[in-house]
Amino acid sequence: MRFGVVVFPGSNCHQDCFYVIENVLNQPVEYIWHKSRDLDSFDCIILPGGFSYGDYLRTGAIAKFSPIMRQISHFAQRGGLVIGICNGFQILLEVRLLPGAMLKNKNLHFICKYVYVKTKNNKTPFTNLYRKNEILKMPIAHNEGNYYIDRDGLKKLKKNRQIVFSYCSQDGDVNKKSNPNGALANIAGIINKKGNVLGMMPHPERSSEEILGSKNGFLIFKSIAKWLRHRKNI
Amino acid sequence: MIKSKVYKNLGLKEEEYQKILDILQREPSPTELAMFSVEWSEHCGYPRSRNWLKLLPREGKYKTLIGEDSGGIIVDGLAIIFKMESHNHPSQIEPREGASTGVGGIIRDIFTTGARPIASLNSLRFGSLAEPYNRYLLRGVVDGIQFYGNCLGVPTIGGEIYFDESYNGNCLVNAMSIGIAERDKLAQAQATGSGNSIMYVGSSTGKDGIGGCSILASHEFKEGEEKRPAVQIGDPFTEKCLIEATLETLATGYVVGIKDMGAAGLTCSTSEMASAGNSGMEIDLAHVPRREANMEPWEVMMSESQERMLVCVKKGKEKEIEQIFSKWDLNAVVIGKVTDDGIVRIKDKGKIVAEINAHSLTQAPVYDMPYKKPNYLAHLNKLDINKITGPKDYNEVLLKLLGSASICSKTWVYEQYDHMVQTNTVILPGSDAAVIRLKGRDKAIAATTDCNSRYCYLNSYRGAQIAVAEAARNLVCSGAQAAAVTDCLNFGNPEKQDRFWQFKSCVEGIADACKFFNIPVVSGNVSFYNESPKGAIYPTPTIGMIGVINDIKRVCTQYFKKENEIIILLGLSKEELGGSEYLKVVHGLIKGDAPELDLCLEEAVQKTASEAIKKGLVSSAHDCSEGGLAVALAECCISNKENMIGAVIDDLRFDIRKDAVIFGESQSRIILSCSKKSVSKIRDIARKFAAPFQIIGRTGGRYLKISDGKNVLINLPIKRMFDKWTNSLQLLITA
Repeated sequence: MRFGVVVFPGSNCHQDCFYVIENVLNQPVEYIWHKSRDLDSFDCIILPGGFSYGDYLRTGAIAKFSPIMRQISHFAQRGGLVIGICNGFQILLEVRLLPGAMLKNKNLHFICKYVYVKTKNNKTPFTNLYRKNEILKMPIAHNEGNYYIDRDGLKKLKKNRQIVFSYCSQDGDVNKKSNPNGALANIAGIINKKGNVLGMMPHPERSSEEILGSKNGFLIFKSIAKWLRHRKNI
Repeated sequence: MIKSKVYKNLGLKEEEYQKILDILQREPSPTELAMFSVEWSEHCGYPRSRNWLKLLPREGKYKTLIGEDSGGIIVDGLAIIFKMESHNHPSQIEPREGASTGVGGIIRDIFTTGARPIASLNSLRFGSLAEPYNRYLLRGVVDGIQFYGNCLGVPTIGGEIYFDESYNGNCLVNAMSIGIAERDKLAQAQATGSGNSIMYVGSSTGKDGIGGCSILASHEFKEGEEKRPAVQIGDPFTEKCLIEATLETLATGYVVGIKDMGAAGLTCSTSEMASAGNSGMEIDLAHVPRREANMEPWEVMMSESQERMLVCVKKGKEKEIEQIFSKWDLNAVVIGKVTDDGIVRIKDKGKIVAEINAHSLTQAPVYDMPYKKPNYLAHLNKLDINKITGPKDYNEVLLKLLGSASICSKTWVYEQYDHMVQTNTVILPGSDAAVIRLKGRDKAIAATTDCNSRYCYLNSYRGAQIAVAEAARNLVCSGAQAAAVTDCLNFGNPEKQDRFWQFKSCVEGIADACKFFNIPVVSGNVSFYNESPKGAIYPTPTIGMIGVINDIKRVCTQYFKKENEIIILLGLSKEELGGSEYLKVVHGLIKGDAPELDLCLEEAVQKTASEAIKKGLVSSAHDCSEGGLAVALAECCISNKENMIGAVIDDLRFDIRKDAVIFGESQSRIILSCSKKSVSKIRDIARKFAAPFQIIGRTGGRYLKISDGKNVLINLPIKRMFDKWTNSLQLLITA
């Protein structure tokens, strides 16, 4: 099982993801430079948070044209696991591996704080160790996390159970008050129809150790590892 | 013949110009004149402050490293490099760019040493939020800090914000950065080895920020002046790439020396690297990457375009360095070489435009500035507290204080900063000090910034001592031991004798307090001329302090953890109201003397809290500062919004005025909470250090209730205090 963490110029959470895979999950992991073209040896690719290419234009808009993204699209088509966190999620939307778009946060500010999300779908390679509707404490840190999709798109997301995480209160209420950034239907994370590409705004790598205030995000990495192990055994 | 108007516009005095003539034995070229003007400015050369800065102690418990641009300490073979620097005037003119380039500049000072930046803090001062321009400044500064820091991926973990009318025409933006490096991997800011190459790396050079340090930083604001062109523009994405490329470059072992092009750009980096290496240097400006056509040589030398560095590279290894920078899509070009004649020689397409001995440029003249105790102090310090009527409604006063701009929660600010990236932040903003872990070690670092400038205005020496004591107290409350200081000394025009007296007294205060606690000052910055037609700022010697936590499992936060625990007050409440937030907010008075400070008592209280935390006896620890005991207790109740716990305080001693007990700002006080069974152990520790120890109440319930034995003085629902404390800043900004 091999994890790869993509590094764009301007990525800034790649080291954090790397650290969790190597030191908490204890699995092999490598950095993948954005100009690299060979992903064959990887089982799971992480698109980390940050400001790829400065994100001066629109988040993820330049990263879309990076050589690595074409390879990642092929990798996903072949069934490889891809997880985009924060800026990684924004990039996955730009390259259309996931549907919808990101708008600026409703308050027009960067928001960094702990939030709660509800696990709406625990039947994915990324969430199989969570209970259905389990409430997780994870931090967000972004300017553009206000997820948007048209009405038909939202219908499809719901019908196909593609909404994986929804912002909620400490007690699990999914409503306007527990929505930190204005995201449509409190969407915090979605998966593609095929079920192998996940995008999420909260940072699981920042909530994988008790000492940082929450360990709730770690089961995402553990779920991936379990799923990969299981697949290898088949 | 150069007219006096020319050099005066550059910030040089008549006698300084004469000195330049003596050094060169001829008239300076325009480029040379420009170079002298920036190198001898207060910002670069410290001509007015240098004599006094010698008072600051440089040694302490840990081995210190003191460089030109930053300093640090060695903890377990790890170099912890840190520095605080001001970017006040640019921020007053253009808050977003001013603050963001302030962050960028200080972070460059850290990574040019080879240290990876791991955290930032900032200390901000604004005028009253009742004025729209100050609201614009606050919004702009916060936006600039978040824009730059978040993009870089360096967490902004702490700091402070105060509001006072004295900053109405001159806000303060002091940015601090912390980095770590293996001790033997540190780089030098020098050029040595005749024949080695001088490379220019990073962004290209434009006309932005010309004269930023000599013109902007070395004069007070005058009515109707347009200084915007002197402000630099920041590009955090380039800086992020520059960090990675620089650290990769330093790891090759091919770098002889490296220096950031910050204030005074190429002038500063060329002359200071040559001077530090006892070498000379020859560069040709024709090779400097430009983003603007038609730049005069002096403009290229003065430009403060951001995100650039000068690197001295071993001869023959230029290609390797170029490759690394090209990987990050950054410039890296050879612009000259090291020479052995001690001369900085600047050419433009082969033609010499400046030729100056490096040492003579970097050794700015030193002035003995005259000073005089301000006349207004005699009047200000007089405060007859018998004429001050105590409050009728203590609840109302407490709510008013919790909602005052300087005391209320700064959540609105720090939630805009990424304070968790790099996954080291163990104690998030909002407690006494922020704590970051050092991955792979049991140790952690705590950091804080502190300065109550009203105290420094009323009593400069003691106010500065209090800033040191309080910073150390904040660190102790988070479980750390104070280890080292960086200071950012913000004052008015040093050519005015009362302002210089404030400066000199504050430096003496810092020096004496640091010597007492055995804490070295390893780096710092002086910012003079912080005044406008509205007057001078309060003397603001901001203290940035780093502490070491030996066992990361023993960190501590300020908020109550459990119901039915015992609340202890360490220290003494005295009958003093001078300079307090209570006096200002409730009685509209800025008067009296700063609170007393007994360094021995301070040490006893700190040692007691520290040992109790280390032994795991304490659930929470919080320092009493602005707003006194009542505000500190309220913060203990409400600063963890997910688990707010009330308190009943019914055992306070009331042998002095009630409002002094509740709202007075006596120093050297810490509130602890602990389980019942820990009480006697903590009492024993307090006895050992002779620290005053008092059980004042217990935690629990949904109210904060404070009574004097007969009457209930304060009885407020924690929810109500929380709402007031949390929402005030945003309401004040959107007013």
